[in-house]
Amino acid sequence: MEKGRDIFIQGYKHGIPIGLGYFAVAFSLGIAARDYGFSALQGFFASLITYASAGQYMGFALYATNTTLAELVLLMFIINARYILMGFALNQRMPEGTPLRTRLLVGSCITDEIFGITIARPGVPTPYYTFGALIAAVPMWAAGTALGIIMGNVLPARVVSALSVALFGMFIAVIIPPARRDKAVLGAVAASFALSYASVHLPWVSKLSPGNRTILLTVIIASVFALLFPRETEGISEGGAFDAD
Amino acid sequence: MQINAYLYILVMAFATWLMRVAASLIMKKPVKNRFFQSFLYYVPYVTLAVMTFPAIVEATQSPLAGAAALIVCVCAAWFGQGLFTVAVLGCFTVLILELFL
Repeated sequence: MEKGRDIFIQGYKHGIPIGLGYFAVAFSLGIAARDYGFSALQGFFASLITYASAGQYMGFALYATNTTLAELVLLMFIINARYILMGFALNQRMPEGTPLRTRLLVGSCITDEIFGITIARPGVPTPYYTFGALIAAVPMWAAGTALGIIMGNVLPARVVSALSVALFGMFIAVIIPPARRDKAVLGAVAASFALSYASVHLPWVSKLSPGNRTILLTVIIASVFALLFPRETEGISEGGAFDAD
Repeated sequence: MQINAYLYILVMAFATWLMRVAASLIMKKPVKNRFFQSFLYYVPYVTLAVMTFPAIVEATQSPLAGAAALIVCVCAAWFGQGLFTVAVLGCFTVLILELFL
């Protein structure tokens, strides 16, 4: 499976900048986790199998309040609801007859960032690519969490500050090339920036968690653009923000 | 009574995973509906854009450095730089600017 291996390596490479960003974010997650009573091993384990930033923040915080498991599940459903949308977007690109196994493997790799690079990659989403990225990124997420718990604020704030931009740099690299090619995407990106900024200050919306704000804005903005600028019926292999290198 | 931490973590991970694979469990083939197709076409760009701004400005110690990184990254991506280059340029922008800010 030479081809599968190449795709895996490509995914791994693309996962490295994601991992750098994760490391910085996980570090601050670890500092919070320590305050909520988690050991470094527990934090490492939690990040390794959950790999969800906002969800883990909430989960850790909730643990300190002696919550029930039912409440935890409900909260995880709400705060991670955007993953459902992302799963739909990925499955939409897989042809009929794609084995459930393949769909589950691709879905299992969804994080905001891995979804972003996977949907931007031309062709049908493949577990080779998503697992390559996952295996590069998640250990750094887990290591960052554990180190945050062990060491607290040991990295200079300036370094954490710089590393945390890596994630956003990647998002930008995913959304800008298609925005340059397609005026409707450019409009959607501009509208998203503007409304996202506004939503931080709006009375009711600003009270929502960042995850829920994201899903609310996504549903509204994507619906409006789908109505105003519908796509021609397209092949599933369409798309791709960067060249497969 | 405090729940066992490992059990708690397992439940947290499983609930999160269910959200990830929910669509995989339901969808058998691409949806033909034109609105739904168009909606899904815009979803990734909108989601990532919403998550990027204003968060990038709030992630850095100095909001100015974050804003500069945003501009540098957008320009680099516009002129065809790849994922890694754009990300690294953003990091260096912040690292250098925060020496002065």
